[in-house]
Amino acid sequence: MPQAATKPVPIPDDLSAPFFDGARDRKLMLQHCSACDSWSFPVRERCPHCFAAKLTWRQASGRGTLYTFTVMHQVMNPGFASAVPYNVAQVDLDEGVRMVSNVVGTGNDALRIGMKLEVVFEDVSDEIRIPKFRPVAG
Amino acid sequence: MSNQPKGAIAGLGVTPMGKIYGRRSVDFAAEAIALALDDAGLQKSDIDGLLINANLSGDMDVRAQMTLGFENLSLVNVMSAYGSTAGSMMQYACMAIREGLAKTVVLVYADAPLSASRGAGQSYAGPHRYPLGGMAGLRAAYGNFGANAEYAMAARRHMHLYGTTPEQFGTIAVGQRKWAQLSPWAQMKQPMTMEDYYNSRFIAEPLRLFDCCLVSNGAVAVIVTSSERARDLRQKPVNVLGYAQCAPGDNLRTDRHPAVETGAKRSGEMAFRMAGITLDDIGTCQLYDCYTYTVLVTLEDYGFCAKGEGGAFVADGKLGPGGALPTNTGGGQLSGYYMWGFTPLSEAVVQARGQGGERQAPRNDFVLVSANGGILNFHSTIILSAQASGG
Ligand SMILES: [Zn+2]
Repeated sequence: MPQAATKPVPIPDDLSAPFFDGARDRKLMLQHCSACDSWSFPVRERCPHCFAAKLTWRQASGRGTLYTFTVMHQVMNPGFASAVPYNVAQVDLDEGVRMVSNVVGTGNDALRIGMKLEVVFEDVSDEIRIPKFRPVAG
Repeated sequence: MSNQPKGAIAGLGVTPMGKIYGRRSVDFAAEAIALALDDAGLQKSDIDGLLINANLSGDMDVRAQMTLGFENLSLVNVMSAYGSTAGSMMQYACMAIREGLAKTVVLVYADAPLSASRGAGQSYAGPHRYPLGGMAGLRAAYGNFGANAEYAMAARRHMHLYGTTPEQFGTIAVGQRKWAQLSPWAQMKQPMTMEDYYNSRFIAEPLRLFDCCLVSNGAVAVIVTSSERARDLRQKPVNVLGYAQCAPGDNLRTDRHPAVETGAKRSGEMAFRMAGITLDDIGTCQLYDCYTYTVLVTLEDYGFCAKGEGGAFVADGKLGPGGALPTNTGGGQLSGYYMWGFTPLSEAVVQARGQGGERQAPRNDFVLVSANGGILNFHSTIILSAQASGG
């Protein structure tokens, strides 16, 4: 039998390594600018707000709200053939950055814009773990 | 009264569109340019400028100049701001002509992503398109591929904020299919009812198949020259009265909302000011419609209705044949053909000249063209008019 296609696994590079290293330790690491005290996403060398080269990696709260989402039906990559319908979500983190992720721990029908979310981590290979989000209980 | 033109469109070439297999993008480009030269009554040797729109397949680069056999061009480049490029190409062509860098400039978009062995949905997919290195790999790991998911999320946000409905998106799709049935160039001729719209499968909720643009093999070429020179050529000149770009930035900050407040707002304001006209002067709109939602949000941002009222604005079918604001009269990208910003631009030329036949809009003094790129990250606006005088 042919082996089922697997979902794509990110390959960290020098710039993104702290993000993926953090995720392995179940920490959501984001870049923070010490010049203007703002956070940014995804990764870069220079702050997109004030343009200072003063970005350092800090652990984010991992809390946010659901900004918007979709439920994907089209299979754009064979690794997701058995995953459809799955959600893709934009999460507004309390730090002021918006990141794309998946919401887990609830059905797609229960997704509501504005719902409170918190980060969880999911293994996608032996080496790589990625942040996802689940509804905050209560 | 409108202001002096920045330049004029003297020729238009549109090749057959759709599932035409076995031809390269550059060969479609050659056909479109030949058609545009015939249309304008010009020879290839009259062309001294060539601006190529980098296409979605990535196979149109500056070497096309050699394949096309041009000589001694004084202006040549490949331009890319994704789907919004048509507007920036028009700006740079007109500026170059006014500056004396070139006299007659060809703008061309060509693409040939469809092949007999591959479905349209896979045309722009495949592993090579989704890099796994660094943070780009994170997107792939979440299953966030291509534009469908991102536009679906934008549409969902609008629905949440303003109560916009699938029925309203469907009205846009159904209206444009009616237009397509009147256009000899359109790919999709079968009638579409609202029931058909609802029965089309979900691609990325809330977007159904009929909310999404087509995929096309083909090419469009437009010949730009000065308004004065265009008067001596075969076709009635279509003057370029205003143009502007706005790139609103990414959506990765919680204080930014390009998904629901697009670059159409600023670029529209600038283009209308430059043209010296108002929204009321516009007889027909040719709006970038990669998705039904794009039409709706663009109408809002140009100010045809208030923010959030786009759904109610389109609900009476005013964009379709016989409606008060004929829009995407060639069927657009949803039902006509998908040539990035050259879809709206090409139909705008037809409408401004009054050559639309059965699909001709009754008022065509001023035609509004929008082009949009990325995930609502780039926007350009062009205002065209075939009125004899610009002033
Ligand atoms: Zn900063």
